[in-house]
Amino acid sequence: MPTVHDWINNPLGIVEDIFAQSNCSPDWETKVLEYFKEKLKDNEAASWVPSLNDVPVHYLKANSLVKFRCFIQDMFDPEFYMGVYETVDPSSKSKVLRSGKYKDVAECGHQVDLNTKNAVTLERQTFYCVPIPGESPWVKESYSCSNPARVVPSTSYAPCRHKRSYEEDEDMETQPHKQKEQLAGPQGTTDIHGSGDPKRLETEAPSSLSNAASGCSSPLDLNFPLPGEKGPACLVKVYEEWELFKVNDILEVYGILSVDPVLSVISEDKDSSLVDPMDCTESVEEQRVHCPPASLVPRLHMLYAHRLQHNNPLLPPAASEASSGFLNDVVSVRGELLGYLTHVLLGDALAAEYLILHLISTVYARRDVLPLGKFTLNLSGCPHNSTYTEQLYRVIQQLIPSSFRLGMSLHNMNNLRLVPRKDYTANRLLSGVLQLAPNTSLFLDETQLEQGQLDSTGVRNITALGNLISWQKVDYDFNYHQMEFPCNINVLIASEGKSLLPFLTPCLPCTPHSPPQCDCHVRLQPQLAPPNLEQYISTIQVSLSPSLLNKFRIYLSLLRTLDYSISEEVTKAVEDDFVEMRKDDPQSISAEDLHRLLVVARLLSLSVGHTTLSRDRWMRAKHLETLRTNRTEQQKCVNGNEP
Amino acid sequence: MSSPSATPTKGKRTRGSNPPTPWSEDALTPPSRRRRTDDASTSDLQPMPTSPVTDMRSPAVQDTSLFSSPAQSRHSAPLNEIDMSSPLTYGTPSSRVEGTPRSGLRGTPVRQRPDLGSVRKARQVDLHSDHANGPEAPASEHSVGQKLVIWGTDVNVGTCKEKFQRFLQRFIDPSSTDDENAGLDLNEPLYMQKLEEINVVGDPVLNVNCEHLQSFDADLYRQLIAYPQEVIPTFDMAVNELFFERFPDSVIEHQIQVRPYNALKTRNMRNLNPEDIDQLITISGMVIRTSQLIPEMQEAFFRCQVCAFSTRVEVDRGRIAEPAVCRNCNTTHSMALIHNRSIFSDKQMIKLQESPEDMPAGQTPHTTVVYAHNDLVDKVQPGDRVNITGEQVITFSRSSRVQHKILRIYRAVPIRLNPRQSNVKSVYKTHIDAIHFRKTHEKRLHGLDEEAEEKLFTEERVRTLRELAAKPDVYERLSSALAPSIYEHEDIKKGILLQLFGGTRKDFSQTGRGGFRAEINILLCGDPGTSKSQLLQYVYNLVPRGQYTSGKGSSAVGLTAYVMKDPETRQLVLQTGALVLSDNGICCIDEFDKMSDSTRSVLHEVMEQQTLSIAKAGIICQLNARTSVLAAANPVESQWNPKKTTIENIQLPHTLLSRFDLIFLMLDPQDEAYDRRLAHHLVSLYYQSEEQLEEEFLDMAMLKDYVAYARSYIEPRLSEEASQALIKAYVDMRKIGSGRGMVSAYPRQLESLIRLAEAHAKVRFSDKVETIDVEEAKRLHREALKQSATDPRTGFVDISILTTGMSATARKRKEELAQALKRLIQSKGKVPTMKYQQLFDDLRAQSDVAITKDMFEEALQALTDEDYLTVTGKTVRLL
Repeated sequence: MPTVHDWINNPLGIVEDIFAQSNCSPDWETKVLEYFKEKLKDNEAASWVPSLNDVPVHYLKANSLVKFRCFIQDMFDPEFYMGVYETVDPSSKSKVLRSGKYKDVAECGHQVDLNTKNAVTLERQTFYCVPIPGESPWVKESYSCSNPARVVPSTSYAPCRHKRSYEEDEDMETQPHKQKEQLAGPQGTTDIHGSGDPKRLETEAPSSLSNAASGCSSPLDLNFPLPGEKGPACLVKVYEEWELFKVNDILEVYGILSVDPVLSVISEDKDSSLVDPMDCTESVEEQRVHCPPASLVPRLHMLYAHRLQHNNPLLPPAASEASSGFLNDVVSVRGELLGYLTHVLLGDALAAEYLILHLISTVYARRDVLPLGKFTLNLSGCPHNSTYTEQLYRVIQQLIPSSFRLGMSLHNMNNLRLVPRKDYTANRLLSGVLQLAPNTSLFLDETQLEQGQLDSTGVRNITALGNLISWQKVDYDFNYHQMEFPCNINVLIASEGKSLLPFLTPCLPCTPHSPPQCDCHVRLQPQLAPPNLEQYISTIQVSLSPSLLNKFRIYLSLLRTLDYSISEEVTKAVEDDFVEMRKDDPQSISAEDLHRLLVVARLLSLSVGHTTLSRDRWMRAKHLETLRTNRTEQQKCVNGNEP
Repeated sequence: MSSPSATPTKGKRTRGSNPPTPWSEDALTPPSRRRRTDDASTSDLQPMPTSPVTDMRSPAVQDTSLFSSPAQSRHSAPLNEIDMSSPLTYGTPSSRVEGTPRSGLRGTPVRQRPDLGSVRKARQVDLHSDHANGPEAPASEHSVGQKLVIWGTDVNVGTCKEKFQRFLQRFIDPSSTDDENAGLDLNEPLYMQKLEEINVVGDPVLNVNCEHLQSFDADLYRQLIAYPQEVIPTFDMAVNELFFERFPDSVIEHQIQVRPYNALKTRNMRNLNPEDIDQLITISGMVIRTSQLIPEMQEAFFRCQVCAFSTRVEVDRGRIAEPAVCRNCNTTHSMALIHNRSIFSDKQMIKLQESPEDMPAGQTPHTTVVYAHNDLVDKVQPGDRVNITGEQVITFSRSSRVQHKILRIYRAVPIRLNPRQSNVKSVYKTHIDAIHFRKTHEKRLHGLDEEAEEKLFTEERVRTLRELAAKPDVYERLSSALAPSIYEHEDIKKGILLQLFGGTRKDFSQTGRGGFRAEINILLCGDPGTSKSQLLQYVYNLVPRGQYTSGKGSSAVGLTAYVMKDPETRQLVLQTGALVLSDNGICCIDEFDKMSDSTRSVLHEVMEQQTLSIAKAGIICQLNARTSVLAAANPVESQWNPKKTTIENIQLPHTLLSRFDLIFLMLDPQDEAYDRRLAHHLVSLYYQSEEQLEEEFLDMAMLKDYVAYARSYIEPRLSEEASQALIKAYVDMRKIGSGRGMVSAYPRQLESLIRLAEAHAKVRFSDKVETIDVEEAKRLHREALKQSATDPRTGFVDISILTTGMSATARKRKEELAQALKRLIQSKGKVPTMKYQQLFDDLRAQSDVAITKDMFEEALQALTDEDYLTVTGKTVRLL
């Protein structure tokens, strides 16, 4: 297929052709876009395009078409570039108009005539994109498997493997080996057949990438939101409709890769950059950020991009397509999942039920300041055995596409940057842990918290977590002002006692009887006490068949996207019910309780694939809530001192 | 106006079709035609009277005939800097121009204007031959030269100058509210007064409001916007002519420079696009970083190493054409740069960031580079909000290809570029040369009354707002649009709505009373979990200058202001806190009860006097803090105790409480109908789609605009009936209590009523406060009082609970008890001492109401105060 190679390997040639044919009529741009859109329509065709996520940059051909699954971390200032310019052939004096679109460098095999009246200045926007933060290993693996366009198939893991050993050496306190074991699965297979090849590669290939990944030791901070992340960062140049994209969106970008070494101005021109009066506009720091070496941060000239609703490789991009077929056996999958999670939660079926509800929750709307649909869960009573929460997280990580475990140790709270902050010297947004893509799960491990002093950073961090939990927003710090970014992060708090989070946050009402700002607090009641937790959990995991695991994954991602409504009739019933309950005992149910009940009912209906609320579900939701509150009450009686 | 103005109109026609888009093809055509005419008419060219330069000019420049260079469109000017750097430069102006003011200048030095990049390259083109037969041919007393326009533009220098002088001499703006014109007579020509000011003060800068220029002469304004590089020097000349004509003896530092500001093209940084290049624009933003001062070479001084012949070369955008040959001795490459004889000017790089209000949600702010020159250097600090007027300039990025031998100079270190580089990075760098800075937030410190950034409303928007205001139920509509997700609490929402609007600001400073608070303060107290915080969050998000703090998290310093020493400059810097920041806005304070006493004490001043006094580390000042306070407090016992008064429930000092106009209780009403409505409201939140809700309620943007409009344009005054109604209401309130010997209203309550009535009139967009406003104010006030000031023991509304912290009945009872105790002691006869416990028991036995130990002690205390007895330990001694 010659055409395939053409539009993938030399897209710029096609752009030039179209430009030349169009005789400067302005619609050539739309023609280009249509051409590539047409080509990419075919699902299979899209998979021929190599992905920047899987293939290291140095294996990719410069100026070829690549795709990148990424997360917009920052937006730089728009820039003006030579949209159309004219070159003059010195020998023949013939003038040729050329397009500067989708290029970083104007090719001047001939002289450029900068003064021609035909020159056009155009504007484009640059996004700083990183791989999706917290993406689970199974997602990465599954995407790269489904993408046959790997340049050198066996090498794609090699740098990765190397880095793993790097990570082990380094003291990654913030993220204690959370991915190590996970990686072991997919890794095992590559090791078998490619053990000879990768070894050789380790010596030559990974220097750039591993440097980048280990952030702190590297001179260039790639600004990943989460510590210990790896993968390429990319400057995506956007030519059309950049207003439509927002910070924290996840995208799949198809674009032309540009790695021209001319772009790496830092090392080469260091001296002249200091003395050039025209260039004192940018400080050295700023240059490092905005013009990093192209080998580390390649440029991608966007031809086509779409916003991803989810990053689950098992679902088609438009999730609703898949729903009809899957919904039939939703109930059985739910049963299996419930059983599985019950085992994981040491036999506590109620907690497992709530965990499912939590995992499919999403902020589906906002009423002025109030986010609707959030369902923060606080699992208290986790065994004071430091590995249990870790095991639990690992189970969750296997089920959902992106997640992050934040150990709330004092050290972390006092030192981590949770909230993104604008760095004005380098003119970029320094990322923070809370800069996450929509529908990412944040697992807060409160069992790691010990007694001690929180400093001002710590207080600010905890305030930020509190804001996240109660309003689903993060106030990015722009030094002179703060800016509110709404987010959609599922927060799961694992703690020994009831979580401190809502109470410490100064911005929240903090009287003991106030509604728990984590929407739901479940006390874990272990039914079994396996002697060796680690072994116990891994046995459960191993016994799970891969096909079933995939079904769980589809189940959890799919149900989030469903619509939901309440019929008039049920509304009436719910209202009656509420009035009735209040009649008996006004203290028994408050407005906040009703809020929570409605969310539980919604999630419960969705979890069995129903898109409307039925009376039964409502009763079931009430029942669940009663069970849960009873358990909390009980605990209060036993413990006495718990608020 | 004869030919001079007519000529440019011709020019305008060629470009007029699309003046703001110099990149369009339409505008690109004229130059070629003009060139043809140039050649024909070189003979009657006049030298370019642009801004005067020093007499010593580059010989190369002088030798060059004015128009020998190839045709060059100024539209591509950004691209052609390489050509510009060639020795083929263009005519420079000289003193030969007839009628220039130079003779009158008497040596007042000229100051170069690095802020206007390429002034010197402007050339004049004669359009005369083009339209010799045109209808506007009647060239009268003006010379042929008047038909010249600056090359590539339609600007005729003579006409332009004349027009501008006329503007200066005649422009009167009687309705001016501009703070720059403070102290000037509004009925005299404004700018002539400013010139006088320059003569007196000696600051040779004339700020010209472009809005004035536009209203006076739209065409001139258009030229100014489109060709600032040419027009502003012309203005400079015009002003100087005028000035020295008028004040021939004046001595000023350098010639007057015109600084236009407030170009109507004020735009958001986000909207800047390639079309704005080389145009005059005004953008607003926040300064985030300023660089160190950069000395920029204006003129290089070269001396021949062989014969010591010296020459000067002007810098053209950072580049200097090094003379290759000495003109005196013809030695090649003998000229050396003498940097301490070269001329430098100050320059500073400023990073400007979009103001947060202009930013679309979910995006990060844009930044722009601004260069400030000469005296504009160090005018702004990081953190300032400014409006910058300047022109956007685009420069080629560094690796551009070099054809001529060029020196790039910085601190006189010559660097030769690598000429081998053959590829060009296709990105331009852009910056804005600042001509004028205007801080938008300065007014706060100066205490001028107008809202700093008055929002501009389109006529259409105003019409919709007016339509809305005309509806009879606008008050209800707006209050239900407020925080729709919070159910019920209609009165509270109404109160908050009135708070958003505020009363009319009155000034009694002449009568010695000072300002009269217009802001309405509201306290919400009540059970936890009654969405108080949510309401606060909503208000905070709604108002432009809202601040949200929590009583627990804020200290007095965080609320007010603190003085900081800048580590670099050792300067004292005043950092303002939440209360000052929310000047003209609303400060939402959550957990008011958790606030420490010292913090609360600063609120006393803010909530009544609306100022903040600072006396710290050498800075003594009074800041305006005209902020409304919306506070939320939880009861001490976590649940509201209906048997106690408000004061007892929230344990706040009554001095502070009395400063709240409205105190609302947010309690769970616990009745069935309410429950049903609540349930319905909540459930509907969960199933209605976004659109459905939009229909039901006004959207937040509309509400915002409505409030902003009313706040800036509506100033209701009391009508006669309204004031009668107020008087009556007040008298009635006083009467209620007087029957039982209590005072139930104080002047503060009257003031509150007035404020509320005014706010209500604002809601109706009415300029008059009428009886209905008073009625509503009365109702709301009564409602709030009923909730907060009801004496739980008697069930009567008793204002003294709030003003003195104790209800009148409670005080009465205390007195009675003291009297009873006294009688008891007297009945015991002449006993000098008594046992404490004994006395207590006796009193309890005697009384028919239960007497607590506290009450007993209070009674003892009262008697002690009367000097009747003293209590020492367990004995009571009579005196």
